[in-house]
Amino acid sequence: MSDTYRRRATPFTSAVTALVLAVVTACGGGDTGSSTDGTLTVWVDATRMAAAKLYQKTHPSVPMKIVSYDGDANGSNYLQTKVSLFNRTREGWPDVVFSSQNNETTWAVDAGFTAPLNKGLLPRSLLDGWAEGANDPCTVDGTLYCLRNDLSQTVLWYDATLLKDWGYQVPATWEDYEALGKRVAAEHPGYLVGSAGDTFTPEIYLWAGRCGANQITGPKAVTVDATGPNCARMAALLDTLIRNRTLATSSVFSSDFGKNLAGRILMMPGPAWFGGALFQGTFKVPAGRIAVAPMPQWADDVTAGDEPAVGNVGGGTWLLSAHTANRDAAADFLTWVTTSDDYQGEEAPGYPAYGPAAKTWLANQASSGYYAGDIAPLRAAADQVWSGWGYGQFSQEAIWAATVTPGLNAGKSIVSLLPAWQEAIVNHARADGYEVKE
Amino acid sequence: MRAGHGFVAPYMVLLVAFGVVPTVYAIYFAFTDAGGAFVGLANFVAAAEDFRFVAAVGHVALYLVFWLVTLVVFVVGLALLLHRVTARPVSRALRLLYYVPGALAGAASVLVWLFMLDPAVSPAAFLLRAFGFDTFGQVVAPEHLPVLFTLMAFWTGAGGWIVVMYGALNNIPADLVEAARIDGAGAWQTARRVQIPLLRKWIVYMVILTFAGGTQLFVEPQLLSQASVGVAGRDYSLNQLSYDFAFQNDNVNTAATISVELLVLGLVVAGLFVARSRFFDAD
Repeated sequence: MSDTYRRRATPFTSAVTALVLAVVTACGGGDTGSSTDGTLTVWVDATRMAAAKLYQKTHPSVPMKIVSYDGDANGSNYLQTKVSLFNRTREGWPDVVFSSQNNETTWAVDAGFTAPLNKGLLPRSLLDGWAEGANDPCTVDGTLYCLRNDLSQTVLWYDATLLKDWGYQVPATWEDYEALGKRVAAEHPGYLVGSAGDTFTPEIYLWAGRCGANQITGPKAVTVDATGPNCARMAALLDTLIRNRTLATSSVFSSDFGKNLAGRILMMPGPAWFGGALFQGTFKVPAGRIAVAPMPQWADDVTAGDEPAVGNVGGGTWLLSAHTANRDAAADFLTWVTTSDDYQGEEAPGYPAYGPAAKTWLANQASSGYYAGDIAPLRAAADQVWSGWGYGQFSQEAIWAATVTPGLNAGKSIVSLLPAWQEAIVNHARADGYEVKE
Repeated sequence: MRAGHGFVAPYMVLLVAFGVVPTVYAIYFAFTDAGGAFVGLANFVAAAEDFRFVAAVGHVALYLVFWLVTLVVFVVGLALLLHRVTARPVSRALRLLYYVPGALAGAASVLVWLFMLDPAVSPAAFLLRAFGFDTFGQVVAPEHLPVLFTLMAFWTGAGGWIVVMYGALNNIPADLVEAARIDGAGAWQTARRVQIPLLRKWIVYMVILTFAGGTQLFVEPQLLSQASVGVAGRDYSLNQLSYDFAFQNDNVNTAATISVELLVLGLVVAGLFVARSRFFDAD
């Protein structure tokens, strides 16, 4: 698996990237868009560059221009910024774009940028191959406007060797998870059962814990209940484990984490791409140690017999421009890049959203020998992403980063920050023209 | 006369193309809606009512206070000290040293600071730790931002002004300073009673330009926001808010109102300073 798969770049490199992009686009503007001479213009992030290049290699007859951009990582809004400028100049739109965000349709449909895909462009039989609900963030009023690249369902990653040596059980419920965190704090201080220092912390813990902070109920409607019982009990759990230092408060991609904490991970709830991107790629954990378990659940939900709920962190989307002059070539590329075993099954670093490719991908992962034990929980989790958390135009990650993280750094509890979080979500949703229910 | 026009013409073309036309364009946007219909002050009201607006005004105001006071005190002080350095090679070396950070392009010098402020990689990590900061997150806590932006701005912008002030000090006739010395004035008295009053116009000039530049704070918080993954500096300044209105909320018209407000503010402040300091009076 590629070690270049870093959905979140380190702070320094992302700032450098932003700067380079600003300079490059300032100097070379107007040269990156769709052209009428049959050249297919594709925008991808650094990780998906391999996909575009592989397509070019296997389809040498297709003239292509591959443009690298930040992939809208961390809600940078780069694509939206450029499209709104292209809409003013009436030219320059790329033919196909990859975005690391799932919420592009919230503005791209209104901006007239994305082409509908299920109205004759792509066959129904193909679209049926996507995992259940995978394309929900791409669907507006029954029309499909983008295709999901990968799923980022959360699972419980753990170090099988440490867990066995210390005689612990994999926690099945959040209550067990909290209890284990307390035991680790007492018996093996300095070791981690997770991390709460990233902008996607709410998507790992609060989403999986069925917290209703982000219930997107319509194209421009959201219900925000960030202080409800499920949010409060998950926040209290995080606070307990942050206090006893079994949850890190630095980003897993920070230089601080890499230097001081990466070697002290007992377990870590996180998305599917943590396996390759974080443990194998960034932390270089040796083969045969990292294993996958299902996300913990609330004990009373298990008793009530509810379907398990997991969170989701990202999982990019592909958009096809409504302005393209190369519809057939663009559709062919889009189909290949999202469904082909050549890329999605064999090369893609994340869990493919297209079912048949995911089968190949899982078989490859299992046979790679990197993971300890069965990685089947990944597959089960793919259909368990809790649907009560949606994709709005406002970035939940950006809101969490700006309102909760500074408080955490200053030693405040998450429970005490929930009202401020609620208020910030409501404010940002209203600023984007959402009708907000509290 | 004709040659004069020839010299001014290229500047006029650039001024109209990149100064006047965009300004008029922004004013047009500020008073119209997305369809181009006149809406009076509705966009200004919308911007002022946004939940980020008052906070951004406060941030920029606090930054300006920090930045202007630091700039005036240190630039004038350092220029006076520099002027008293009599050894020519030392003076030359110092002038170059002050100027070097300013030679880095704005954004690049901010990137240097991002590196400096992260205790995990900073060469000055021991200093940060001495202040009790162990992580980048602690360094960029919201209450530290005005000081951090002032540090960045001073480091990148002050050197050029020190050199300018030094030049202005050299223009003060030597016999004036000599007369002050004979009357018994020490270094402090000479600076306070002779040199600083004669530098007044230069200081006013610096304050006007710096004020206008400071209200447009953008690069520092924007890059810090990128580097801290959104923890610090997002929607911090008025220009960032304007940028978000335009490209995130898809509302160019409201975005333009902030530009117009900054323009008016800059003009009013410049006007006040020019009038009060008799900036354009002939000596």
